[in-house]
Amino acid sequence: MLAKRIIPCLDIKDGKTVKGVNFVNFRDAGDPIELGTQYSELGADELVYLDITASHEGRKTFTEVVKRVAANISIPFTVGGGINELKDVDRLLNAGADKVSINSSALRNPKLIEEIAQNFGTQVCVVAIDANLENGAWNCYLNGGRVPTERTLFEWAKEAQERGAGEILFTSMTHDGVKTGYANDALASLADLLHIPIIASGGAGAKEHFKDTFTLGKADAALAASVFHFGEINISELKQYLFEQQINIRL
Amino acid sequence: MNVAIIKYNAGNIYSVDYALKRLGVTATVTSDPTLLRQADKVIFPGVGEAGTTMQHLRETGLDLLIPSLKQPVLGICLGMQLLCNHSEEGNVDCLGIFDTEVKQFIAQRHEDKIPHMGWNTISDLKSELFTAEQLDKFVYFVHSYYVPVNAHTVATTDYIQPFSAALCKDNFYATQFHPEKSGSVGEAILSNFLKL
Repeated sequence: MLAKRIIPCLDIKDGKTVKGVNFVNFRDAGDPIELGTQYSELGADELVYLDITASHEGRKTFTEVVKRVAANISIPFTVGGGINELKDVDRLLNAGADKVSINSSALRNPKLIEEIAQNFGTQVCVVAIDANLENGAWNCYLNGGRVPTERTLFEWAKEAQERGAGEILFTSMTHDGVKTGYANDALASLADLLHIPIIASGGAGAKEHFKDTFTLGKADAALAASVFHFGEINISELKQYLFEQQINIRL
Repeated sequence: MNVAIIKYNAGNIYSVDYALKRLGVTATVTSDPTLLRQADKVIFPGVGEAGTTMQHLRETGLDLLIPSLKQPVLGICLGMQLLCNHSEEGNVDCLGIFDTEVKQFIAQRHEDKIPHMGWNTISDLKSELFTAEQLDKFVYFVHSYYVPVNAHTVATTDYIQPFSAALCKDNFYATQFHPEKSGSVGEAILSNFLKL
């Protein structure tokens, strides 16, 4: 049976790993390749590397990080951040990435999803959505949660799927950094609405939260960052726990 | 050992190269017929679309070269599907090593997501590509088309229905999953292939 996936996310700035709490106030958390290797050995099923540097120089540094990841790590990984056009996708896939994640650029130019799907296949294209629950509506945000948009989670996710997204990575800004669990109601509604895999993100604080997002939230994969980076949850122990809870997991 | 990776218009050829380097093997990535014929082992990787890829193979003559190879050849993912008779993807005739069709996954329930993406187990292992160590272990898949279980099947995986996770016929071996992305289990399978 297909296993549920555990995905650590590494935010990369100037070649180093950082993680924001509620998208601000970064703390340093180590070397991206060393950390990725460690996660892979502990049983991570995939890795996500997000480039949060905006500059041209930073982008070159990130491409070098992607090459080193591909050379050293034997599990699939997705890269995101600063992908605005097809040539960015081409550069990152050539550096050895398996998938790309697009967020603001897809909201600004939804056709980019179709272009990626047509040129590289739908399985390469992860559409990341940052949304915040406001007066009962999940409003989508741009630029790492700083700029509000007119779009809402469900209609945008559906459109992204129709345009050729291979997966949806939904981050609840409402839950991110709070560590009280994932946005399982919204995730379950997404799962009922879509026929592509969904990655839950934002809110992990305890092992139970992963179990809940796979059962109540019907998620295919769960992404987390700080709980892994700061050693609050050990991936190997987490997977053992999920296995004992009858979640289909790769041990 | 002289290992060649067939270079063509498909994506992610380099991840196989990296995986071999981690096993201490430096491969040649090439489309040169002489280099491919001389290699001790040939790997035919690939991520892409069957129709356009077959067209590319025909234009470059690789469609005639690949079936004529005598050394152990390993097709991976699209590489495996292209070694079959015909693919529903692009409705295209393929290289015809494995006498079987490539079919599109059709969801039976809402929960059946396509592509089949992620880690799944391999069973019914019947080839020297595997040792008992790999039985029921997880490997990494990403595909929307599959090869039904047939006379050449040497490993099966269950998703929507049982399908061929690996095929073997004479000197041709193939995996639907990506050994180069399947952690230590995948590395063991690649190293089994290199020992053939």
